[in-house]
Amino acid sequence: MAAELVRGQNHPLPQARLEIRISAGSPVLAGATLGDERGTVRGAEWVAHPGAPTLPGIEVSPQAAAEHRLAVDLAALPEAVHRVTVLLALPERPGGPLRFGSLAAPRAAVTAPGGTEIARFVLTGLDAESAVVALELYRRQGAWKVRAVGQGYAGGLAALLADQGLASAAELASDVREAVARSLARAVPAPRPPDPSPASGSAQTGPAAAPREADPAGRRAADGPIDYTHPGRRSGTCPSPAQPPAAPPAASGGQPPRPVAGDAVGWSMDERLYNQVWGMFEDLARTTAAYRSAVDFAGSRLEKETDQALADPRVRLGAAGDAAREAARARHARLIEQARAALDRDVAQLTAESEVVEPALPAACARWDNPVWHGYRVPAEPPMALRLGDLHLPESAPLRIPLLARLPLERGLWIDSGSAPGPDDASPDSAGTRRLAMDVAVALAVRLLAVHPVGEFDVQVLDPAGTGAQALLPLTRTGAVTGPPAAGAAGVAAVLGRLTRRVDLVRMALRGGATDSLPPGFDAAQQLLLVNDFPHGFDDRAVNQLRYLVDEGPAVGVHLLMVADRADAAAYGPLLDPLWRSLMRLTPVPGDHLADPWVGHAWTFEPALVPPGSGILQQVLTEVTAARIKHR
Amino acid sequence: MTVNLSKGQAISLEKQDGASLSAVRMGLGWQAAPRRGLFGSRTREIDLDASAVLFADRQPVDVVFFRHLVSDDGSVRHTGDNLVGGAGQGGDDEAILVDLQRVPVHVDQIVFTVNSFTGQTFQEVQNAFCRLVDETTGQELARYTLAGGGQYTAQIMAKVHRSGSGWTMTALGEPAKGRTFQDLMPAIQPHL
Repeated sequence: MAAELVRGQNHPLPQARLEIRISAGSPVLAGATLGDERGTVRGAEWVAHPGAPTLPGIEVSPQAAAEHRLAVDLAALPEAVHRVTVLLALPERPGGPLRFGSLAAPRAAVTAPGGTEIARFVLTGLDAESAVVALELYRRQGAWKVRAVGQGYAGGLAALLADQGLASAAELASDVREAVARSLARAVPAPRPPDPSPASGSAQTGPAAAPREADPAGRRAADGPIDYTHPGRRSGTCPSPAQPPAAPPAASGGQPPRPVAGDAVGWSMDERLYNQVWGMFEDLARTTAAYRSAVDFAGSRLEKETDQALADPRVRLGAAGDAAREAARARHARLIEQARAALDRDVAQLTAESEVVEPALPAACARWDNPVWHGYRVPAEPPMALRLGDLHLPESAPLRIPLLARLPLERGLWIDSGSAPGPDDASPDSAGTRRLAMDVAVALAVRLLAVHPVGEFDVQVLDPAGTGAQALLPLTRTGAVTGPPAAGAAGVAAVLGRLTRRVDLVRMALRGGATDSLPPGFDAAQQLLLVNDFPHGFDDRAVNQLRYLVDEGPAVGVHLLMVADRADAAAYGPLLDPLWRSLMRLTPVPGDHLADPWVGHAWTFEPALVPPGSGILQQVLTEVTAARIKHR
Repeated sequence: MTVNLSKGQAISLEKQDGASLSAVRMGLGWQAAPRRGLFGSRTREIDLDASAVLFADRQPVDVVFFRHLVSDDGSVRHTGDNLVGGAGQGGDDEAILVDLQRVPVHVDQIVFTVNSFTGQTFQEVQNAFCRLVDETTGQELARYTLAGGGQYTAQIMAKVHRSGSGWTMTALGEPAKGRTFQDLMPAIQPHL
C-alpha cells in the first residue's frame, strides 16, 4: 500500500535499491544532488544531472522527458552523503512551458525496482517556478527516509542549486542547460512507458510526452544562453535562503554579520519575514531574561556579602568591614556593567535587524507610516499575518517588535476603552480613551479590509448609540462598510441575527460536507463585526448571539472587533467572563499587559495607529472602493 | 582534532588562532546492550536523558532538560528528548547546544549530566559517549567515552566553566544515582 505524501511528510524506506519515477505533463529534466550531514552539496561532482548522469549510487536520465526513472542504490552512496535531493527543472525551448504552473502537477513516486510503489507525492500548488525540489531522501539515525518537499524556485535551477550551498551554482546550471540542449537536438519524443503501472499517474498528468519539433528548437536552444528566470517575477522574491536578496559583504573583524530581511525559514518571503519577526521577539525576550537574571543575582549576592560582613564581629566595625562592603559593591557594579554590555550588544544587533526588516514588511504587517502604504494597491491574495501593534520592554525601549497575528484571526479582538490611563500625565481622560479606542478599532478594520482581495472581506459596524460616528467617518464616508452603522436595539438585533444565521448555515454545510450547496448568491467574504459601546443596545438575546459568534465565528470566517469597557457590562456579572477571556485584549494607550510565550515578561503594547494628520486611511479606502466598483 | 579526554582532564575551548568559540554542542549517544540468554533479540529500550545545569557562584540558576528545553535566556538549548537511544551509529542521540557568547554574565559553570530515566544501570548501556563539538564548523573538540558500565544510574559527564576571558571544559565522569538531574545536585556540588 503506497503512502500518499503531503508536503513536508516523511516515510521510511524499507530497502536500499529504489527507483524514483517522475511523470510530468511535458518534458522536464530530472537531477539529484547529494548533501552531507549539514545538507551542503560539496561540489559539482555531487550533482547528478543530464550532463553527468551517473554518480555512485544514483543515475538520472541524460535528457529531458515527461517520464523519468531514476535508479538509486542508497547502500552505494558515499559514506559522507546524508541526503539525496531529487529535483525537476523545465528545459528552456521556444514554445515550451516557462513555469510549472502551466503544467499539470508533476508526480513523483518512490518504488521498489519491481515497480511496487512505496510512497508517492503530487507536486501541487506550483506557479511561476521553473525548478522544484520534489523529494528528499535522507539518513536519520542510520535509516533512510523520504520526505515530500515541493519547494519551487522562480529563479530556476541556478537558484535551486545555490540554495543547497553550491558555490558554482550558476556555472553548473548552464552546464546542465547545455547538456539538455545537446540532447534535445537529438531527441525523439519520449516513449510512453510500456508498463503504465502508476496508472493513476498517467491519467492525471494528461498529455504526457507532448509531441515536439525537436531539431530546430534544440539547435536554437543550444546556441544562446537561456534565461531561466521567469519574466514576470522579480528575482528578489526568489526563495534562496543561502543567497539572500541583499547579500551583505562577508563579516569582517569579528563583527556580527549585518542582518538581512527575510533571513528565516519559510515557503514565501512573507512567511520568512513573519518567522523572522517572531525570532526577533524571542531573542529580545531571552536576552532580556539573561540581563534580568544577572541583575537579580548581582543584587542578591551584594545583600548576602553585606550581611556576611555585618555578621562577622571581627570586621563589623572598622576599616576591614568597610573594605568588605566596598568590595561587595564593586563586584555588584562590575557584574551589572557586564550584563548591561551583553544586553546592549544584543539589542544593537536586533535594532539593526529591525531597521532592515521593517521596510521590507508587506503592508499587512507594516506600520502605517511605512511607504508601502503610500503605494498601496488592492492585493490579489490574502496576507498571512496582520500587525496589531508594537511591543517593547523597558530595558530596550526604543526597539519595537511588531505584534503579528496569523490570519484568519483565531480569536476576536477587544479594544479596552476602560483601560486605566498610563502612568504619564499626558494620557487622555475617560472620554478621550474611548475615542482613542475607537480610532484603534477603525484603523484595524481598515487594515483588514485593505489587505484582503476585493470581495473577500466585509466590515459591518454596530454603533447602537451613534457615539462612534466621528471615529467611523473614514469608513462610512468612503462607503467601505456594508451599509451604514446599525443603530439602536433594532439595528443590533438585525445584524446579529443575520450573522448568526450565516454562521449556522456554514457550520451545517461544513459538517454535512456540502459546502457547494450553499444558497446561490451566498456571500463568501469573511465578515468583521465592529461593535462599539457594548453592551449598549444589547438585550439578553443579543448578548447570547454575540457569545455564539465569538465562539463559533472565527472557524467560519466571522470575526469580532469589540470596543468596550468591561465596567459598563458589570450588570451581567460573571456571565460574561468567558466572553472577555476568549477575546484578545488590546489597549488604546500603551499598557504592559501582554506576556511573551517563552519567559513571560510583561511587554508594553502600543496599538498600530495612523500618524496624526495623515490621510493614509482615506487614501487606502478610496483605492479599496474604486477596486470594488471595478470588480462588480 | 579530537582530544580523547580522561577523567579529570581539562581542555581550553579556545581555537588555535586565539579566537574563542561561539557555540558548542554537547552530544550524547548510547546504545542498549544486548541481553544474554533466552530471548536475546528482545532489545530493551533505555531512555537516557541529558541535562545541563547553569550555576552562578555555586548556586543553580537555570536548568535545561527534557521538560525545559531552552534556558530562559536562550543561550542553552536541548534538541529534544530521545527515549530509546541510537542503533550504535555513533551519532548524537541527544544534544545540548550552548551559545557561549550569550550565556548570562553571572553564569560561570555549566554542568552536563546523564540520567537513566527508565532506571536501568549503565551496565545495560554500551557505546555511550559524550562529545563536545564546535557547532559552527562541526568539528569535534573533545570526546569522553563512558568507561565500562557499573551499578549506577547517572553520570556527571563534564562541565564547561569560565576561565579568564574564555571557557574551559573539564571531563568529570563521576558516577551517581538518580532519575533526573534534581537527584544529582548533592553529587554535583563537590565538582563546582
